[in-house]
Amino acid sequence: MEHIYDILIIGGGPAGYSAALYAARAGLDTLLTEKMSAGGQMTLTGDIDNYPGFENGIDGFTLGMKMQQGAERFGAKTEYAEVTAVELNGRIKRIDTTSGSFSARSVIIAAGANPRRLGIDGETELTGQGVHYCAHCDGRFYKGRTVVVVGGGNSAAADALYLSRLAAKVYVVHRRDKLRAEKIYHEPLFKADNIEFIWNSTVSEFILADKLTGVKLKSTIDNAESTLPCDAVFVSIGRKPASEIFSDAIKLDENGYIIADESTKTNLDGVYAAGDIRTKSLRQVVTAVSDGAAAVHHAQEYLAEL
Amino acid sequence: MKVINISQQNFNLVNESDKPVLIDFYADWCGPCRMVSPLIEQIAEENPQYLVCKINVDDEPELASRFGIASIPTLVTMKDGIIKNRSTGAKPKPQILALLED
Repeated sequence: MEHIYDILIIGGGPAGYSAALYAARAGLDTLLTEKMSAGGQMTLTGDIDNYPGFENGIDGFTLGMKMQQGAERFGAKTEYAEVTAVELNGRIKRIDTTSGSFSARSVIIAAGANPRRLGIDGETELTGQGVHYCAHCDGRFYKGRTVVVVGGGNSAAADALYLSRLAAKVYVVHRRDKLRAEKIYHEPLFKADNIEFIWNSTVSEFILADKLTGVKLKSTIDNAESTLPCDAVFVSIGRKPASEIFSDAIKLDENGYIIADESTKTNLDGVYAAGDIRTKSLRQVVTAVSDGAAAVHHAQEYLAEL
Repeated sequence: MKVINISQQNFNLVNESDKPVLIDFYADWCGPCRMVSPLIEQIAEENPQYLVCKINVDDEPELASRFGIASIPTLVTMKDGIIKNRSTGAKPKPQILALLED
């Protein structure tokens, strides 16, 4: 007989392991699939200072491991595999992965999001060689050089500050005329003498010799083009939800996020969306773990009525 | 087999290997590197037909720059001293193994 789990959780970031903790602790037969290792996008940051309980901050990788261990303490199991197809209609849901198929009565989708790309020619080829998505990982390869940060949100602001301590010069290219980042970032950003803002502009082209030597900028006001020499571009223009694989069965909004309110309920019975993949106004570690708990709460109600 | 720590002193192990080589360029403070490293260890344990190595970019800046490393983790595969494939960023295990198979 095929094993049927009570809850199958897709994704091992904070939402996924919070759900796994709540589910396993409630005595539900719980499996979590993760394609690499625990932590999700948390591992792309340095210290996380806004997750309560860690008075000195904690690095994202360690926090991910702790969340995993906390769930496994109550019997949650992790399968390291990438989901390749889903069948979410019906009472028994089925997930195909790179290490086999799994069945469950309910599914929590916590697959998260990936850094959004600029969508410019050459971006894939230059990734890791001049175009970067993890300032914390790759910043120190540009010590004393000139770098461009693209974006104006919290991640871009944090990246610019981090890079300003390594690079000789940091340009922040933002398509609006002011930052979306929270106030806490503003003063240190505007105070740093090697950070310069280029407002109302987007990166339209990479300039290459044998390597990246600069970018072409395009004004969002009058389309005027200009050139900015640099050694690297750090892209921090938000995230793209990892929802493609669910798009046939689950309703997404125009940006690809799974449509679900605070209950995390999707358009399908017994299927929930938790964390960054869900439509919500604030995507943080704390709101992801909150979603994980809510999803299990509603899944439990659903399972009780089956 | 275990993952072999490579430095300038023992780099000949890479160049002179009869087996296809997988090198993981990493640093201890890099989150995605720490996600990948258990996968690299599993690949080493499960695939004795490969020589699986890691190079700490902080300890071995000259090797890192010889390979043009500007992003970590970077995975490089080699055969007969020649680079075959390279890939940056954390990847699931099947994708890492595919780098060795091409």
